[in-house]
Amino acid sequence: MPNLFRGFGAVFYKEVLHVRRDAGTLFFSLTMPLLQLFLLGFGIDTNIRQINTVVYNADGRRESRELLDRLKNSDTFHIIRYVENDYDLNDMIIAGKARVGVKIPVDYSDRLIHNMSGQVLILIDGSDSSVAGQAINVTNAIGLDESLRRVLQDRAAFAVDMRPKLLFNPDSRSANFFLPGLTAIMLLNVTTFLTAFSIVREKERGTLEQLFVTPVRPFGLLLGKLLPYLGIGFFELSLILFFMRFVFLVPIHGSVFLLAFLSVPYLFAALSLGILISSKAKSQAEAMQLAFLPILPSVFFSGYIFPRETMPALFYPISYLIPATYYINITRGIILRGAGIKHLWTDGLALFIIGTLLLIIAARRFRNKVIMA
Amino acid sequence: MATVPQNSVEPAISAEHLVRRFGQVTAVNDVSFRVEKGEIFGFLGPNGSGKTTVIKMLTGLLPLTSGSARVEGLDVRVDSEVVRERIGYMSQNYSLYQDLTVAENLQFYGRIYSLEPARLKRRIEEVVESNGLGPYMNRLSAKLSGGWKQRLALGCAMLHEPKLLFLDEPTAGIDPVARRQLWDLLFELSGHGITFFVTTHYMDEAERCSHVAYIYYGKIIADGTPNSLRELPDVQPPGTIRVEITTPEVTRALRFARQIAGIRSATIFGQSIHALINDDLNLHDLQEQLLKNGIAVAEIRPLAPSLEDVFVELTYKHQAILEASRA
Repeated sequence: MPNLFRGFGAVFYKEVLHVRRDAGTLFFSLTMPLLQLFLLGFGIDTNIRQINTVVYNADGRRESRELLDRLKNSDTFHIIRYVENDYDLNDMIIAGKARVGVKIPVDYSDRLIHNMSGQVLILIDGSDSSVAGQAINVTNAIGLDESLRRVLQDRAAFAVDMRPKLLFNPDSRSANFFLPGLTAIMLLNVTTFLTAFSIVREKERGTLEQLFVTPVRPFGLLLGKLLPYLGIGFFELSLILFFMRFVFLVPIHGSVFLLAFLSVPYLFAALSLGILISSKAKSQAEAMQLAFLPILPSVFFSGYIFPRETMPALFYPISYLIPATYYINITRGIILRGAGIKHLWTDGLALFIIGTLLLIIAARRFRNKVIMA
Repeated sequence: MATVPQNSVEPAISAEHLVRRFGQVTAVNDVSFRVEKGEIFGFLGPNGSGKTTVIKMLTGLLPLTSGSARVEGLDVRVDSEVVRERIGYMSQNYSLYQDLTVAENLQFYGRIYSLEPARLKRRIEEVVESNGLGPYMNRLSAKLSGGWKQRLALGCAMLHEPKLLFLDEPTAGIDPVARRQLWDLLFELSGHGITFFVTTHYMDEAERCSHVAYIYYGKIIADGTPNSLRELPDVQPPGTIRVEITTPEVTRALRFARQIAGIRSATIFGQSIHALINDDLNLHDLQEQLLKNGIAVAEIRPLAPSLEDVFVELTYKHQAILEASRA
């Protein structure tokens, strides 16, 4: 019975030597993701606060000033300027200096005093949809609240009192939301690049051609090349988890061991993508470009940034084919929600199936396009 | 494993009617040849003529479209795994890992062939000794000169003691001294019964081979010892002799020579012209005719055809056959 994995030990040993010799590349590929981690962890806050707001208060009496105070206290609006006419109000928004303009008409207080409906004009810059959405919600809520207060005059309790409670990320911290997802993208990035490079480099140098005329079997060769990078992937994962937990203070509610276990099929999928890329690319430069291809759908269709629920019907099925979709569910599940294997085994199974399929496709393509070429 | 007929006359390689097609293109077209044990077999041909394809077929990397091949007594269609254990292969770009040391490269290739630790240690010592690698063991192979890289590559290909070595343009791009030294090493190893299958572009290397074959667009158009090829009727048709015309004005001389009746073909070689002429053409008359056209001739003397002459003549003839078959 021929040994299917012949040559594995020799290739593994050699690959470890390569990694050790080329410490620069290793350092670079491990620190780049950490840089991303710091940028996203410190720099990006998707909670919309302190929107630049311009105000034209034509009324100026106590009722109008009370309304403006309530807007200010919401933490959503930051009044940067008071103007004296409609033209300036519009102009500030067109110039991009303010995203929201508030106009309180001259009869606002009069109408309230005579128990009529006081109207306030809110102009919102729609060019950023998330800012606009937040501005609409908050102004509506303040309007409704103000109306109820005036109608009820503090005489009775609200008939229905909704009490929303945020689970798992009570402070709505962006870091908690982004960093577990970022883990998936970075692992994919690093392992795909390194694997593709290590094979394409041998292609460029002609050493791959040499290996094919030795008794090394394709599986022994591929596995020997993959496992060291699987190890690097795990090292990267522990680095990320360490920084996430102790620098960005994202609490990890679930089991780190479960996370490590479920990372294996994900890393295999990423490594297989690296092999696929290497079977296509003729040079390291080409491999670099191709390695970006799996990153884009993983960022946009996996739910990492945009919720999958809001995706167009055409793209939603695509998200099921992307390994990052399942892995992000796993990282967020374990880290934020404390999910266990009984909640996540379907995602793990999906990753296992996708990873195995990718590995088989990659090995076959490798045989046909590289060995037989 | 297939039974191996241990017949002493079994050749190192026997290829019969090898054909390899890639889609519409026939890269190797009915190629047959034998390489006896201990020969240095020179496999020549222009780039893209099918040399590498033949090597890939013989080493079991490419399935044969049709035909059959036995390497070291094994059918490559059946036992390609075993074939790869028994042969060594060295490519033109010395497939070494540049960021590994000489010792590490040897270790790696030894493990690839699953040599036992004790045997690996002994073989590394032997190869280091025979190829003179001793002083460089801890040097990165990237830092070796071309000639030493090639000696290391040859060492890596020999660790498992193959009886047959494929060398694909082993001397491309190295200096003449290293080239000479490599050939000395090949002769020495061939004296120990190792067979070499060498591709090359250098005609002087072809002359050193004990057996050469020339492949042209997928077909073998010459096969034999260098001397037997020189005597082929196509190269030296009856009633012709080959002469060397030495002149300071080779280009002008060539133009006139081609118009002279009795000169069948003429080609420039450095400061002289090699011409195939009818043997009834008097060499003295020939010199007179050139002088009349104002071409100073230093010397005209008979010449044995070189292997290059052989391949040029055979290529012309083959092209003529191809064109005739198209018409």
